[in-house]
Amino acid sequence: MRLVGRRVRRNEDPRLLTGRALFVDDVQRPGMLHVAFLRSPFAHARINEVDVSMAREFPGVHAVYTAADLGDYWRPGPLLVPPPPVEGSVFHERTQVPLAKDKIRHLGEPVAMIVADSRALAEDASDRIFLDCEPLDAVVDLERALEPGAPLVHDDLDSNIAALVPQRKGDYASARERADVVIRRRLVYDRGASAAIENRGVVAEWDRLTERLMIWDTTQAPIPIRNGLASMLGLSESQVRVVAPFVGGGFGPKIMMFYPEEVLVPWAAIRLDRPLKWIEDRSENFVATTQERGQIHDAEIALTRDGRILGVKDSFLHDTGAYDPYGLTVPLNSQCTLLGPYDVPAYESEFRAVFTTKTIVTPYRGAGRQHGVFVIERLLDAASRELGIDRIEIRRRNFIGPDDFPYANEVIYQDAAPLVYDSGNYEPLLDKAKEMIGWEKFVAEKQPRLRAEGRHVGIGIVAYVEGTGIGPYEGARVQVEPTGRVSVVTGVGTQGQGHYTVLAQIAAEQLGVGVSDVAVVTGDTDQFHWGSGTFASRGAVVAGNAVHAAAKEVRHRMLELAAKHLDAPVEELEVADGGVRLIADPERHIDRGQLASLANPLRGAVEPGTEPGLEATQYFGPYRGATASGVHAAIVEVDPETMLVEVLDYVVVHDCGKVLNPLLVDGQVHGGVAQGLGNAFYEELVYDDEGQLLNASFMDFLLPTSLDVPRVKVGHLETPSPLNELGSKGAGEAGAIPTAALFVQALEDALAIPGFEIREIPLHPSRLWELVRAAKGAEEAE
Amino acid sequence: MSDRHTVRVTVNGEPRVAETEARTLLSDFLRHDLGLTGTHVGCEHGVCGACTILFDGEPVRSCLLLAVQAEGRTIETVEGLAPDGRDHLHPLQEAFRETHGLQCGFCTPGFLMTLVPFLEENPDPTEHEIRMALSGNLCRCTGYQHIVDAVQLAAKKKTDEGGA
Ligand code: FES
Ligand code: FES
Repeated sequence: MRLVGRRVRRNEDPRLLTGRALFVDDVQRPGMLHVAFLRSPFAHARINEVDVSMAREFPGVHAVYTAADLGDYWRPGPLLVPPPPVEGSVFHERTQVPLAKDKIRHLGEPVAMIVADSRALAEDASDRIFLDCEPLDAVVDLERALEPGAPLVHDDLDSNIAALVPQRKGDYASARERADVVIRRRLVYDRGASAAIENRGVVAEWDRLTERLMIWDTTQAPIPIRNGLASMLGLSESQVRVVAPFVGGGFGPKIMMFYPEEVLVPWAAIRLDRPLKWIEDRSENFVATTQERGQIHDAEIALTRDGRILGVKDSFLHDTGAYDPYGLTVPLNSQCTLLGPYDVPAYESEFRAVFTTKTIVTPYRGAGRQHGVFVIERLLDAASRELGIDRIEIRRRNFIGPDDFPYANEVIYQDAAPLVYDSGNYEPLLDKAKEMIGWEKFVAEKQPRLRAEGRHVGIGIVAYVEGTGIGPYEGARVQVEPTGRVSVVTGVGTQGQGHYTVLAQIAAEQLGVGVSDVAVVTGDTDQFHWGSGTFASRGAVVAGNAVHAAAKEVRHRMLELAAKHLDAPVEELEVADGGVRLIADPERHIDRGQLASLANPLRGAVEPGTEPGLEATQYFGPYRGATASGVHAAIVEVDPETMLVEVLDYVVVHDCGKVLNPLLVDGQVHGGVAQGLGNAFYEELVYDDEGQLLNASFMDFLLPTSLDVPRVKVGHLETPSPLNELGSKGAGEAGAIPTAALFVQALEDALAIPGFEIREIPLHPSRLWELVRAAKGAEEAE
Repeated sequence: MSDRHTVRVTVNGEPRVAETEARTLLSDFLRHDLGLTGTHVGCEHGVCGACTILFDGEPVRSCLLLAVQAEGRTIETVEGLAPDGRDHLHPLQEAFRETHGLQCGFCTPGFLMTLVPFLEENPDPTEHEIRMALSGNLCRCTGYQHIVDAVQLAAKKKTDEGGA
């Protein structure tokens, strides 16, 4: 029976709905102590002294550690993603430290760790630590950070430049010469926070008798955490077990390795020989969990009179925060994704990553792709106005054609390989989105009518691609147990994407069982040993294909065993009805549980070259990512007095290859759009000149609510990926990537002020009001 | 600091007693002193709604109350919605599952505890009324749409049953 591709409800839901799912903060261990951190109240400071003597005396306190107490264990964290092999590039590796030693480099950087009987006592004790330091000028503004004489985040470097990467395709200079028009824009895309509703947390317990370390961690990458911790602590990998149980939203930042708390809590648990728990609170989350975005682009596009792109040139600054453990993934994504679904013959791009005294930047849903999309879409919008070519038409003219795949973009992507689009078909996406949003009718009838009534409504449409499902690999073990239960075990962590269901669907389809007959285990390093983690919209693609391969192997074994048992050739058998039967005589069958028992006999030898059990392990490592694509369209209304914006209609048409479960993909898209809208109009991290974050609470940092997020209509088109057997591509980030670009385009259309352009994100009503006032002032002055 | 108080409450129909500090939040008391970890905390400053419980029948944010304020009161948590577990979900839980109204599920207990009394008072709500009712709970995963669908489905099923 076909199960892949169906709207199957989720296996994991009953546990979550009844409050019986285990999250890290639910872990209780006998004798457990609690951890709090003293965090820097300054963005940038030199430490003179950290005096913890009073805190150590405080009743209920078991230990207080500073950098000096860590000895050899004090080491900068690993570089997670080495910079790509691009000629002429520069990269200065400066990774985060467990506790600040001589210098503090961002607000909230941990300075001391307190272990006490309760969290409240640990926090009381932290008030008794005397932190003597000399505040230094903060490095907040990206451009000022690069001026001569700017304060240095890392004193051993000559400047705050963390990296420089030039990339090119074709010959931009000659493209520019041939161009009929060249349009330049400065575009700014500022920081945001992922703000998963569950904050981070770590619980660690050392078992002295078995010499094993058990860790529960809100991580998206339990296996790399296990491997890294084992090596830091001098343990073998088999002595460490990391479990990422249910995780309350990941979105990227929960994959940062290694957070100081992840390194310190297990270490102290061994030293104190007591289970320890640290749970981040919301105010810590705003400064201690990695953030994303913060780029300034100076971009130009060269076109012919009829709107064909001849070339694009872009130079941008990227805020990497105080350290750069994640390498260049985010700015590389921006650099590559800028090319979008368009045939851009010449491209010259250079970025400089800049150290600032702000929280570390690592991928957050979209991971820099939205910046690239914002730039190219804004340039196309400007070109459409300048050349008098319709917004839809100019995009259509520049799409890569359906027969041009695989399409080589000649630039190096985040997986360190040249960017090649595997497959796609962009025009139908555009047509379908146009139809679903009712473009013609809106523009011809509704908009003029509403405008006549004095309402400010506008429409927009943008396109994007998304590199997904990159390597290196994931693996899966599929087993049929003698009870007939099927188990699927894989290393990827899950943060709500529905892996318990999608992976079960894939296995169930091969093994002829129901989806609920398959139990999926993820995120426990004792159960599966190899893997890299959930990032870059890769879980369902990479782990999914591993499950598919393993389940096929098990199916094959079932058929072979059954052939022996039923005394019939494999070709005459089929997997059905929970077992294997003769096609011609369905009465002659054997159920899968029996086959599992036969495969694991209690007497007799396992024949050489065979293995016991109905079980198989397979790995899948795509040699490059699968490129998903989509078009979003929206209708918005703005109140010109209050500048409040309402999204009246929102359409997403996307192509993530073969859809494994449309219900779950829709959910991913809805959530992505909500985050994209939040990013465009609600969420802004406001830092002052001293690097203080002024809105570090949910009172002041606004997440969109049910009244702000519109109903999203989703259309699916399927261009299978030739890179994997399931034909799938990732879907996790699609909703979030083009939202800001779309939002501003529709908003400009709604405001209909001649010459008014929005060149920055995030916006909010008061900022929009300022921009509009400035534009109107300029108009009147003319 | 160690002024401890005994707190007696009725939770999900059962009398419970535990000793706790005066400063303990009700959310922590439920989670850590009574072991009812289905109630979640996302902000501890009253905005996200993940910690919503029923307090004498009214939805309240348990992170905004102290445990000692619950003395003698009646509390319902998500664990009480479907007392006999997996096989018999509450109709609203069932609807959430049907419409994919949850992803990571961290916010879900708070949504359920907000919506159960809402549906009792508004058996046939409009989409706008539902969105108003949800607007005090934050969800970072779903974009709310499938949650709205879940409420509509639950309401419809109830009306259909009632009418039958
Ligand atoms: S934890 Fe209570 S409202 Fe957020
Ligand atoms: S389902 Fe994850 S926060 Fe709502």
